[in-house]
Amino acid sequence: MAIISEKDLQPIYDVIVVGSGAGGGQSAYTLTMNGVKVLMLEAGRNYDPVTETPMFQIPSQMPLRGMSTREKPFGFTDATVDGGWEVPNEPYTQASADPKTHFKWWRPRMLGGRTNHWGRISLRNGPYDFKPYSRDGLGFDWPISYEDVAPYYDKVEMLVGVYGSNEGLENTPDSPNGTLLPPPKARAGELFVKKHVAKHGLPVIPIHRAVLSTRQDHVNFPARLHPNNPKAQKIIAKAMQERAACFWATDCGRGCAIKANYQSTTVHLPPALATGNLDILCNAHAREVTVGADGKATGIIYIDKVTGQERAVKARAVVLAASSGETARIMLNSKSNRFPNGIANGSGLVGKYIMDTVGGRLGGSVPAFENLPVHNEEGAGTHVYIPWWLYKDASKLGFARGYHIEFGTGRRMPGMGTGGASPGYGKSYKEEVRLKYGTGMGFSGRGEMIPNKDSFCELDPTTKDKWGIPVLRFNWKWSDHELKQAVHMEQTFHMIFEAIGGKPGKMSKNKEDAIEAPGSIIHEVGGGIMGADKAKSVTNQWNQCWDVPNLLLNDGSAFCSNADKNPTLTIMALAWRASDHLVEEMRKGNL
Amino acid sequence: MEPIPSESPNRIDRRAAIKWMGAVVAAAAVSDQLLGAPKEPGAKAIPGAGKLIGTDPVLNKTYTPGELWPLTLTPAQRIAAVALIDLILPPDNPSSDKLASQLGVQDFVDEWISAPYENCAADKPIITSGLDWIDAEAGRRFQKKFTELDESQKCKIADDICGKTPVKKEFKGQQNFFSRFRSLAAGGYYTTPQGMKDVGYVGNVPSVDFAGPTPEALKHLGLA
Repeated sequence: MAIISEKDLQPIYDVIVVGSGAGGGQSAYTLTMNGVKVLMLEAGRNYDPVTETPMFQIPSQMPLRGMSTREKPFGFTDATVDGGWEVPNEPYTQASADPKTHFKWWRPRMLGGRTNHWGRISLRNGPYDFKPYSRDGLGFDWPISYEDVAPYYDKVEMLVGVYGSNEGLENTPDSPNGTLLPPPKARAGELFVKKHVAKHGLPVIPIHRAVLSTRQDHVNFPARLHPNNPKAQKIIAKAMQERAACFWATDCGRGCAIKANYQSTTVHLPPALATGNLDILCNAHAREVTVGADGKATGIIYIDKVTGQERAVKARAVVLAASSGETARIMLNSKSNRFPNGIANGSGLVGKYIMDTVGGRLGGSVPAFENLPVHNEEGAGTHVYIPWWLYKDASKLGFARGYHIEFGTGRRMPGMGTGGASPGYGKSYKEEVRLKYGTGMGFSGRGEMIPNKDSFCELDPTTKDKWGIPVLRFNWKWSDHELKQAVHMEQTFHMIFEAIGGKPGKMSKNKEDAIEAPGSIIHEVGGGIMGADKAKSVTNQWNQCWDVPNLLLNDGSAFCSNADKNPTLTIMALAWRASDHLVEEMRKGNL
Repeated sequence: MEPIPSESPNRIDRRAAIKWMGAVVAAAAVSDQLLGAPKEPGAKAIPGAGKLIGTDPVLNKTYTPGELWPLTLTPAQRIAAVALIDLILPPDNPSSDKLASQLGVQDFVDEWISAPYENCAADKPIITSGLDWIDAEAGRRFQKKFTELDESQKCKIADDICGKTPVKKEFKGQQNFFSRFRSLAAGGYYTTPQGMKDVGYVGNVPSVDFAGPTPEALKHLGLA
């Protein structure tokens, strides 16, 4: 089994996995390691980071010095191909003309999806994050607790390789000893912030990122990952040895040809393929889930994007991991006599309660960094962060929940911004450029959004994509909790600039300006929320749809809250847990 | 809106960079990679204006200006551009460094203003009319082309429009040209290997460990 073309499709698979990113990759990995025959459908093209990643290219080798375009929104060398907030031939719409209600939908169309370019920030949800309703009466509790997910966080961290440290802070879980890889040293600017914000009570600690700071323990990890499964142990031990440790150069967002960071395409899919249990069909855009007379999912109808033909494939179970928006779209488009409003939508909640992360930012410059003795400050993105530190002050803040702070500093690869704002010309200008280079600093807040009724997607009644498939129409509204939180972020960043003697940029004029546009942070979750009550949720605690138990939602769809912690690690942990359960149910003959 | 092209495009933001680059933070060449995800969707193509970068270009190859779309500076504009680039960015070590023009910075400026993207197209009339003006001004003052002027003559014109001292009313239009031209020239130059060395960038080189800040750097920040 391998990356196949349509003629090689088997008549029936055990499981079809739609999507190849964090959720799809993890699902395929867990299932195939357990002997399950899987077909993965990916709407984009095949993509190989080992041969395609522009590792050491500098801007002078790129068109327009790597300028961001609609075609390559994160710049020329970003790993994402055929993706962005606009995808040709695949529109989406907004229900209202008011820009404040618009949701920007990021869609990669490539093997590995967003995992190819993501920030690799891999934070565990804490115990509070699974029971937010119980704490403040807002949103929903998960039907599971931190203890249910912790063993899967452990496994995912070992499998993908996460650097970080255990700090014992509130709602910021530690990992078992020997699970995390050592964090890289903090940069000069990171230490400078740490020193000067301590008096304000802000902890600056090593961040957790899915990057191999050292090579993985291929001797001990395999048995911890796959007890009593010697074949799986052998495969993953070999796969771990094929990954190199980070060499502290090049930008993770380009992808990693030496497999030092996590991408589904370098970490999940190679061992899954090595089991011989995985077929991957690219350029296959899932249109709908088919249903049998018994109400169970029987397979997928997809569009072969190369020929434009509609095809059907069959399986005993279906895992949707197409990204929460696309998963909702597939479900809403899966209409039948049994499911006139879309498959597994008895609750009417498919597409409802979609969330992004609350984003806020402030940039500026720090005179103390002028003339900093030259040394390398590149390598593996950010090394530290500030976790939410005001749990005790929740009642005084005027908004619920919290945020963490990511920040950037250092003498990074020059770009088109280098030198632009210095005055004059000639030797004095160049001296000024040298003086100011590396003095920039940016702070970004990443906060929790509370799910609300006004933020949802639905099928547009008229607009269709190139293949005639109805597209999504978005509705969005921030609550005052999110808006006030974004203002608080900016004020905090301003305070940090003061503490370090920096010069902050302009503050936002109002709270609507302080918050980043919905969809900007690309932490789209919800739309198929899990719960304990089938009338109030789409899936149970095993990501299984209440109405169709052999249909699982293994991407961010099932999130019923969106903690400030970046969602990818939790998507993977839940996909592993759900896939283990699926294997068990199949073995028992329950599906 | 002027998109700031990518530094290392890992979670880059452009609009934010602009927001503060123009304002309080003036002079700080802040890398826009230091903030989170991009707020702006990126430069918008002009339909039918030529071959675009596309959604799926070959990434791991070297591109040269003129490869994707034709360059459009006239020969005279190009000659003026070369002279201005070398005036703005003189080599620190004339014996060992190349001139910025020898590194092809003018080719990049030409690539930029010729590109089928809205922000680039908006720069085109500013740059081309400015280059025409600077030659005409050299003619008015010294009866020569700009490139034929000696250093002090070039400086007389540049000093009037560079903005380091208050710019007279009659030169306000050219001040904008000079500022945009300098941004493009500096961006073009500091993204070359020589420019990176010049500014003191030492990354993009593999190493076994991340060494962290040097003792000297820690001392500089009062952290030692």
